[in-house]
Amino acid sequence: MTPIVRIDRLRVTFGSGADTVEAVKDVSFEIAPGETVCVVGESGSGKSVTSLSLMRLVEFDGGQIVDGRLTLNCETGPLDIATADSSAMRDLRGDEIGMIFQEPMTSLNPVFTIERQLTDGLRVHRRMSGPAARDRALELLKEVRIPEPEQRLQQYPHELSGGMRQRIVIAIAMACRPRLLIADEPTTALDVTIQAEILALINRLKRETGMAVMFITHDMAVVAQIADRVVVMYRGEVVEEGPVDQIFSDPHAAYTKSLLAAVPRLGEMRGKPAPEPLRLVGDIVDPKPLLPKADPEPLLQVSNLTTYFPVKGGPLRRHVANVHAVEDVSFTLNKGETLSLVGESGCGKSSCGRSILRLVEPTSGTVILGHQNVVDANPRDLRRLRRQMQMIFQDPFASLNPYMRLAAQVAEPLKNFGSASGTDLIDKVASLFDRVELPRDYMRRFPHQLSGGQRQRIAIARALALSPKLIIADEAVSALDVSVQAQVLNLMMELQSDLGLSFLFISHDMAVVERVSHHVAVMYQGRIVEIGPRAAVFGDPRHPYTKALMRAVPIADPSRRTFEDDLDFKPIPSPIHPLTFAAQPSQYEEITPEHKVLHIS
Amino acid sequence: MRRFFKGKGLIGTVIVLAVLLVAVLAPLVIPDSFATQMNMRARLSGPTWEHFFGTDQLGRDLFYRVVLGAQTSIMIAGAAVLMSIVIGLPLGIVSGYFGGWIDNVLMRLVDTLLSFPALLLALTISAVLGPNLTNTIIAIGVAFTPFLARIIRGEALRVAQMPYVEAARAAGTTDAWMILRHILPNIMPAIIVQSTISLAFAILAEAGLSFLGLGTQPPEASWGLMIQASRDYLDVAPWTALVPGAAVAMTVLGLNLFGDTLRDVLDPRTET
Repeated sequence: MTPIVRIDRLRVTFGSGADTVEAVKDVSFEIAPGETVCVVGESGSGKSVTSLSLMRLVEFDGGQIVDGRLTLNCETGPLDIATADSSAMRDLRGDEIGMIFQEPMTSLNPVFTIERQLTDGLRVHRRMSGPAARDRALELLKEVRIPEPEQRLQQYPHELSGGMRQRIVIAIAMACRPRLLIADEPTTALDVTIQAEILALINRLKRETGMAVMFITHDMAVVAQIADRVVVMYRGEVVEEGPVDQIFSDPHAAYTKSLLAAVPRLGEMRGKPAPEPLRLVGDIVDPKPLLPKADPEPLLQVSNLTTYFPVKGGPLRRHVANVHAVEDVSFTLNKGETLSLVGESGCGKSSCGRSILRLVEPTSGTVILGHQNVVDANPRDLRRLRRQMQMIFQDPFASLNPYMRLAAQVAEPLKNFGSASGTDLIDKVASLFDRVELPRDYMRRFPHQLSGGQRQRIAIARALALSPKLIIADEAVSALDVSVQAQVLNLMMELQSDLGLSFLFISHDMAVVERVSHHVAVMYQGRIVEIGPRAAVFGDPRHPYTKALMRAVPIADPSRRTFEDDLDFKPIPSPIHPLTFAAQPSQYEEITPEHKVLHIS
Repeated sequence: MRRFFKGKGLIGTVIVLAVLLVAVLAPLVIPDSFATQMNMRARLSGPTWEHFFGTDQLGRDLFYRVVLGAQTSIMIAGAAVLMSIVIGLPLGIVSGYFGGWIDNVLMRLVDTLLSFPALLLALTISAVLGPNLTNTIIAIGVAFTPFLARIIRGEALRVAQMPYVEAARAAGTTDAWMILRHILPNIMPAIIVQSTISLAFAILAEAGLSFLGLGTQPPEASWGLMIQASRDYLDVAPWTALVPGAAVAMTVLGLNLFGDTLRDVLDPRTET
């Protein structure tokens, strides 16, 4: 079978003269009709540059295709994209080649209706009349299974949910029946349930239309779910290529092996008594599990914590409604243990963490740390209490001040409390750098000189500076590449066993949560719907939402795929309620004394 | 530091230094009369060997007027912008960082000032305080403050929401320290860009006031005054506007290049 597209010795550079950077070096592979090829790699591997070259969009970002051929087999015969002129490329884009981008919030134009955005390509490439284009648009919406398609046509992007928007983006890409669909991290910004639906949708569309799919991702679990063949890229080069089963069962390249070793897989902790670090390639000793103490001592007791955010409206910006971000949440975190709050975006897990630190003010409830209530502490007591609990944030690029040297940022908490000064301070900072395994000569550097993983280590060092008892890690590893994520997770677990730290681990990633937690609380709509020991929640999920979440998580194993017909997730209802709304208290059913499930009314 | 002496940084530094040098030294070296000496026979003469920038409607030499006018223009504009920063910076930072009612009060105040055209405001202040150099500076400074305060507030608001500010707060950082170490350095680029632009507008604002008889008093020279005076002769003697106009343009260009370089030098991210 002739392939739809063949990439032949592609080389792409950025910049000129001495500053030339080779982003893609000698990359070759092909995609057959009806085949999904996953291009997988970590940031900087050149996977996105390869896809942008196929659209010749790379030129707009300052890149240059210096060598190689990109042959696309059109109806009219083969065409070399690398040398095509700009008018030929305009005809190709959106017609023979469709593209889906990562961010469904920004890849639709907010000022045009869905109909307008769907029919644009049809009018340009197919010269369709208004009504004909409208009929086709309706057909497309049905194809991507959007409910009530007639009404959607007249709506604007902001009226639709993220998952719905990504379906629209796919419909636009499919409008002219492309031979090749390029999907660049199309599910990275989405919740797992929506991700599962979108992956299944792309799979079905590929089967029905016979198009070739080039799917770019960093997530090995997504690869396992969708790929026919896999191309593994590292630093601009293809290190391995092969059928998906072979890549997962018998990887050849050292890089692929280390990548797979770093991926936590849902279910692999089954039967293990306690969290344990990932065994990475090159580790000699077996990781030791973090067994909890025989007589657990509570550190943090949260009772009936509730946080509302006011919604302002009307010309006078009056308080008209409340966002019920955290609703009657109670849990206990023991010394030296990890409790994970897991859930999808908007479930209130971050607000809960921030309420505990009082970075946002809780509406009611108590948070007892040690023996003191954080919620009614006065500013001076609060400042003292915060010495014992620190936070690590998600975005390693935004959580460090770009204008301060790293040593100064790590030293800041110590200075604030006057716990050290002079050479003593420098020694302490240096030992914190040792602790998070960063070389001491990094102390004089600025944040931009570090990679994402190294920055997150700095954030951890800063959090450790005051020797806190509790660290709240809010999606602390979500923005990192998998191999870096594994290293940071292992570091956190090592710190826990050495220092007896307690972690409140906030994450959307079920596999990571299974790996690190002693206890797990699943959040939905501001409430904990299920809480218990990790083995109980993952091994015997009782609440329907927990079950749905488990089913939606992609598993890094190509033999365990989910299909579209298996999936039917209900959209999450709005958490905004009028001022008069009185929320029901959370009532739990005890499965075992520790494993509790929210009563379903 | 080396970057000040490379490419656009070099050009900017040279222009700024040259303008400053002229502004400071010219009045010491060149007698005042060179700029005020009238010569009715050489009115509106184009560039010649005798007057190589030409002359104005009263036959005064434009070269000397530009050179001697530099001090007045630069001093008024510089002092006025400095004053607007001194008032606007704390206003903007306090508003943006603390928010809440304090922000509301301060910003309504600023909005009130903003609702007057800057020149009208300066005119009123100048008229009330009386026409002299200090009052001109105060007038322009006050008139420019609300723009700067608004911009700084926006920037402070943006920076105050960054996770590193939240992290610092969680680590017990006090408000004063937070503003000094976290907010101020991160809003610096906006302040630099806005001040260099403001300087150009301040030079022209001084011209507006002078034209209305409230700024520089003739026969003293200032660039703005010269541009204003040239308006009746634009068709017959365009150089009367072009010469002081070019002086303003050069100064602003130099300041912009210098400001850009300064911003880059202060930003550790551009260090290699």
